[in-house]
Amino acid sequence: MKTLTISSALALTLTAGAAFAETNACLITKTDTNPFFVKMKEGAAEAAAANGINLSTFAGKYDGDVATQVAAVETCIASGAKGILITPTDSRALVPVISQARETGALVIALDTQFEPADAADATFATDNFKAGVMIGQWAKAKMGADAATAKIALLDLNASEISVDYQRDNGFLHGFGIDIKDPTDIGDEDDPRIVGNDVTDGSPDGGRTAMENLLQIDPDINLVYTINEPAAAGAYEALKSFGKEEGVLIVSVDGGCPGVRDIAGGVIGATSMQFPLLMASKGIEAIKAYAETGEKPQNSEGLDFYNTGVELITDQPVDGVASISSEEGLKKCWG
Amino acid sequence: MSDTTTTAQKGQDFEKTLDQSDTKVATFEVKHHTLLERIQHVLHNNPTLVPVIVLLVSLSAFGLIAGGTFFSAFNLSLILQQVSIIGILAAAQSLIIITAGIDLSVAAIMVLMSVVMGNLAVFAGVPSGFAILIGLFGGIGAGVMNGWFITKVKLPPFITTLGTWSIFYALLLWISGAQSIRGQDIDTEAPFLKFFGAAFNIGGARITLSALLMIVVFIALWYMLNKTAWGRHVYAIGDDKDAAEMSGIRTDRTLLSVYGLAGFVCALAGWASIGRVGSISPQSFYEGNLDSITAVVIGGISLFGGRGSIMGALFGALIVGVFRSGLRLSGVDVLWQVFAIGWLIIIAVAIDQWIRRVSA
Amino acid sequence: MITPVVQARGIVKRYGHVTAIDHSDFELRPGEVLAVIGDNGAGKSSIVKAICGATIPDEGEILIEGKPVEFSSPIEAREMGIEIVYQNLALSPALSIADNMFTGREIRKKGWLGKYLRMLDKPAMEKFARDKLTELGLMTVQSIKQPVETLSGGQRQGVAVARAAAFATKFIIMDEPTAALGVKESRKVLELIQDVRARGIPIILISHNMPHVFEVADRIHIHRLGKRLCTIDPKDYTMSDAVAFMTGAKEPPAEDAA
Repeated sequence: MKTLTISSALALTLTAGAAFAETNACLITKTDTNPFFVKMKEGAAEAAAANGINLSTFAGKYDGDVATQVAAVETCIASGAKGILITPTDSRALVPVISQARETGALVIALDTQFEPADAADATFATDNFKAGVMIGQWAKAKMGADAATAKIALLDLNASEISVDYQRDNGFLHGFGIDIKDPTDIGDEDDPRIVGNDVTDGSPDGGRTAMENLLQIDPDINLVYTINEPAAAGAYEALKSFGKEEGVLIVSVDGGCPGVRDIAGGVIGATSMQFPLLMASKGIEAIKAYAETGEKPQNSEGLDFYNTGVELITDQPVDGVASISSEEGLKKCWG
Repeated sequence: MSDTTTTAQKGQDFEKTLDQSDTKVATFEVKHHTLLERIQHVLHNNPTLVPVIVLLVSLSAFGLIAGGTFFSAFNLSLILQQVSIIGILAAAQSLIIITAGIDLSVAAIMVLMSVVMGNLAVFAGVPSGFAILIGLFGGIGAGVMNGWFITKVKLPPFITTLGTWSIFYALLLWISGAQSIRGQDIDTEAPFLKFFGAAFNIGGARITLSALLMIVVFIALWYMLNKTAWGRHVYAIGDDKDAAEMSGIRTDRTLLSVYGLAGFVCALAGWASIGRVGSISPQSFYEGNLDSITAVVIGGISLFGGRGSIMGALFGALIVGVFRSGLRLSGVDVLWQVFAIGWLIIIAVAIDQWIRRVSA
Repeated sequence: MITPVVQARGIVKRYGHVTAIDHSDFELRPGEVLAVIGDNGAGKSSIVKAICGATIPDEGEILIEGKPVEFSSPIEAREMGIEIVYQNLALSPALSIADNMFTGREIRKKGWLGKYLRMLDKPAMEKFARDKLTELGLMTVQSIKQPVETLSGGQRQGVAVARAAAFATKFIIMDEPTAALGVKESRKVLELIQDVRARGIPIILISHNMPHVFEVADRIHIHRLGKRLCTIDPKDYTMSDAVAFMTGAKEPPAEDAA
């Protein structure tokens, strides 16, 4: 098996026609459909070219496509990759194959989504999704002022499986707004009367629209809408518009995709927390380079079990006590 | 009995003699004794009755559980609106399934064509009407491509559309760059794309044009399937392709037309979806193909082909919508909605199998 | 001399090294029931398929009513008024009797409904179907609209024969029409064959069943080793003679008996 690995690695280097010292690295994303991952791939490719790293990229066919990701990791091991950047589509299912990869001496960095346990990978470069939620929650509370005490809140989440990104953003938002979130890993266990209900969107505009319509049927006076991402927010806005309620309802979101930032400028979304997929990827490539040269592994941010690539609040209606940048500045930083 | 030609003119008289002489032939219709057998027979002749009954029962059940909000004209019209896109897709899917095929690419064709229309009209400055026309023809092209592989290369529909699903999906990612087109950009550049999002109110109900489109599509396809020779041929092919071929149907040509028409209907759904969703996102309706098959199956259209009315798919889509809305308003968690839809599918197919046994 | 309805000379069909039809002749005369018998693999189906366009012969010529034809499919043969009743009947079980009778040659409504909306004239089709079935004494079925799958085997055979009889102007080919039927149902089908002959439409009957063949056939074409061995008159020979010719146990008569 070992000779096979070596020979195939050799074959790869030979076919690539590269110098002997070239470092191989892999990027494995959840899908190729989400601009977030598309941007991440771009960032990784740029950084790889700048650092003289030979990068192979892989992606699952859909969210939760574990099999394709496992096969991708195996291919990376076989090609003798020095480092693997991966957005695990399932935090637990990929742990065994990741351990295999680390045993062969590869540096494994989880991007965007943590493994469970987090130390299954050498490091995680991710957005602090809870904090991203807290920021929009605080903004919404300050924006509503006295009305916050009587707010009627709709929560448009991702899907029924309640993955970590989903509950972290949702609970972060509620926490920031000043609602007792009880179990921070559970969605929908809150009993605050201001919450009208939760529904799922699959992170898409059609899901966002249907979910918003459903919640408006439960209470037509909803005036604050949390959304898992900006496409869902765009769908929610369409639903509000069709109910004639687009005025006076605050929509908040997380992501920082360029269409989302333009929706901030267009008054569709009140505020969104921007994350930085490009940065995750480029930092990841740099870490692989450092590891290949010095054997040094990256460190986590202080007080967190991952390396925080940062979050910024984007809004054109800044409030006191919550740092934010305008949509105009946001457009320069946005991804996709 | 021996000289049938001379007795033929007597009609009724002749039948009597035949009854006596050839009992085996004539006894088949007096076999239905038990109530269950009689129900089975009635359902066999009217396969759409099952979804209609399920729809009525679930409507009244949720009316009792979820109360007035559910039963309001507004909410019922909202359900109609919510199922409109999947409903139109289900109409296209029904056409294919009646021919004993299956089309996994319907949603991919739909989203691809909405992205084509959007990119042409919003970014390339093509006049909206023209962009839509290109999208609709693209839908026909995509469908004909499926049909060509199935009839000329003789690939099974499942494999063909599994392949084209990925192909169309990749094309759609390539054309869109995985980017969505914002609602406000559509409003300023090409508002006609949102034509089917327009709505009017009747009483408390709010009817969108996309919901009307769904109903028109179903009526038109029902007419074609039941009132034209083409439709009879579609059923005959689904029933027994070899027999259809032998009785003089040009099966390949008919199948090509079915896939082309289904592609057109998908593209139409793509146009309607822009109005419904408000923006154009390549991530929309990823499970649209399965949702459409769900509606078709719950609507009592046999996956083995040749059986069931296309109207069943409309009721199937409505049943799914009623369940989702009813469970939602009753405060049931999302995972139980998924659970309930799963059972609906199983029960629908079981009933189909049971009904089909009537002739055995 | 009367022109034969079908006259085929020197038909050859090869599949690779196998010669399915080996310079065979074939003749169907007006108004007759011609039975085609032969051992399994003798090629009796092949010769009939060559006549109706289901297989295209490599050599030889086929004349229909004296005119040479070259069919490329059974649909072309059908357009000339040649009908085939297949062994598996070629019916669509879920469709109604009327729909089945008209498959591929439906009647459209007159006027704009038919012209632009292509609407079928169902009442006309149903009336025609009912008339045809009544003519053949088959109107025991409950309704002309009932699906074919609710019929018994004999009734289905009846529908298939009625369809052929209704549209055939030249002749009808029947492939093993009694093979899947019980005794009573077989009787009914044999009567149907005689009815159709009485209307002046000749029939080619492919069958294994000697008693049935001897009951209805006017002449018997015996096929052996890919070609016509002889044609006999059933009145002049016994069933065991026919079987002996078929299997080669007995020399065929020197001259065409019929």
